[in-house]
Amino acid sequence: MKMVVCVKRVPDTAESEVHIDASGKDIDKSRLSFGINECDNYAVEEAIQIKERLGEGTVTVISLGDKDSDEVIRMALAKGGDEAIRLEDEAFKGGDGLAVAKALAAAIKGLEYDIVFTGALADDDGYGVVPAALGELLGVPHATYVKKVEILEPGKRAKVGRELEGGLLEFLEIDLPCVLGIQTGINEPRYASFKGIKQAAKKEIAIKSAADLGLDASEVGEAGSWAVLEQFTPPVVGEMAEILEGEPDETAAKLAAILKEKGLV
Amino acid sequence: MELLYELDEEKRLFRRTVRDFSEQVIRPQVDHLWETGEFPYDIVRKMGELGIMGIPWPEEYGGAGGDYLAYAIAVEELARVDGSCAITVEAHISLGSSPFYYYGSEEQKREWLVPLAQGKMLASFGLTEPEAGSDAQNTQTRAELKNGEWVINGTKCFITNPGTEMSGVVTITAVTGVRPSGKKEISNIYVPKGTPGYNISPKYKKMGWHASDTRELNFEDCRVPEGNLIGNRGDGFKQFLDCLDGGRIAIAALAVGTAQGAFEESVKYAKERVQFRRPIASFQAIQFKLADMATDIELARTLTYKAAAMRDAKVPHTKEASMAKLFASEMCMRATTQAVQIFGGYGYMDEYPVSRYFRDAKILEIGEGTSEVQRMVIARELGLR
Repeated sequence: MKMVVCVKRVPDTAESEVHIDASGKDIDKSRLSFGINECDNYAVEEAIQIKERLGEGTVTVISLGDKDSDEVIRMALAKGGDEAIRLEDEAFKGGDGLAVAKALAAAIKGLEYDIVFTGALADDDGYGVVPAALGELLGVPHATYVKKVEILEPGKRAKVGRELEGGLLEFLEIDLPCVLGIQTGINEPRYASFKGIKQAAKKEIAIKSAADLGLDASEVGEAGSWAVLEQFTPPVVGEMAEILEGEPDETAAKLAAILKEKGLV
Repeated sequence: MELLYELDEEKRLFRRTVRDFSEQVIRPQVDHLWETGEFPYDIVRKMGELGIMGIPWPEEYGGAGGDYLAYAIAVEELARVDGSCAITVEAHISLGSSPFYYYGSEEQKREWLVPLAQGKMLASFGLTEPEAGSDAQNTQTRAELKNGEWVINGTKCFITNPGTEMSGVVTITAVTGVRPSGKKEISNIYVPKGTPGYNISPKYKKMGWHASDTRELNFEDCRVPEGNLIGNRGDGFKQFLDCLDGGRIAIAALAVGTAQGAFEESVKYAKERVQFRRPIASFQAIQFKLADMATDIELARTLTYKAAAMRDAKVPHTKEASMAKLFASEMCMRATTQAVQIFGGYGYMDEYPVSRYFRDAKILEIGEGTSEVQRMVIARELGLR
């Protein structure tokens, strides 16, 4: 089976303070550390595990981004990825989920594939568009929030479990080739071994521009987007919000009174 | 050797791997390990799978084929989260496995270095004795050659890694004769665990590093084959001095990581802790402490990496290794002391991590050569007699 995994390099904002930068269209990333998007890490692991389970297959890692993304790609190679492609072009910048999917689809169309894995959602912009858009653009079925994958017949059919609310799983059979948006928790991502890292350093990452993929600059990036980011603003404290102040027992009493008054308890 | 401000990609990826492993696998167990002193078998086995237990040794001997700098980075990252795990790796590689790699015969490497490098077995190094601490020449342990066997008698103390279920072998220094000059002839001999007459005492109770395995070893007419000699007879002193050069770099890395861990906890706390209606991080008194800690850590890290790179380049590095060990361990003591100060009364409480970092720091000024010995070594390297 031939598998493709799309990965994204994102800032780690879990433990850092986030500030909007001077342009108002991005966050100040100068003091942030970066790594693979969390869902994508599980997607990489799922592809590698399937390859190991079947005892055959290849995993191609694709990322859209500048040279800084190489680290994320190499780590996926160190864990068991076979080949890598990085999509880099000025024209790709400022794209929404759809524009990103167009670039990825153009790159994937040139490959043989049975399953394309993506993360279900990106930690930074959180659009969650890529897996569905990629499926449409490639003309193959897709499933999102996938938390279980079982290959029924290699190259033909798979059974996937989608995570619904309350931890419920919805199972469906899907024809291959397909696109699967992988949810966190589907597996236990491994750590790259030192040997794996050394071997990954020797592998080549093919760089492709928009022209290489046969894409016109107007189709991708901001120009090819349906949604264009105008400005980030921090949430404003609304007029409806009431901030309770004072000692804990006072504020607790006030809160209880309000909840009672509104008939909420 | 070039000094760069950034590590190459391979080192950065490796650092990321060890950091993720430390955060996700070790961090959740740190409190338990500290409280119980249980040896972290699952962590050590997983580290073996990742290649951490044999980073600097060639792949043909079961190692990961990395270099000393990669090894220092791993120890630093482990210490940032847990000193016990870091010292277990450090003592295993720098002290326990080194003699086999640097001086062992091909046969000894195949038999011992391979399982050690793969992390399937743990090794120890027995140098220190009750009467031979900084004065290592005063070794009392004797090994007499009788009928093709070394008969060993003596006691070793403060030995790391000898008593776990994974422990397989200890290399000891022993007096094997007298030189024509009248000085003791010291040789390195390895003793497999389980050899009759090789007795391992219960674990010491320590100020810090609770989950590391530290014990006293006793040899009573302990017999091992003559072939258990490592390298040449009489080279023991020279051999352990070289192993210690490497060990000191790794201890420096351990100090950098310990200080880094305490520093990060301090920054986080200083931003959260409110006194006089402001986070204490807004007070210059606290800012200056953190600025000094960050500067100290950066300096120690740079010197440690330089010493490691020199060892990799196979140029003389005794002075730099000692300087790195001296500066890093003393700065770690300063940094962890300030970390406790920033936490105030809470820092003195066991459940706060800075208390643990503080207690883990002290031994770094003592083990593998005290600060005083490091200053002696540096002075000697400066040509002062």
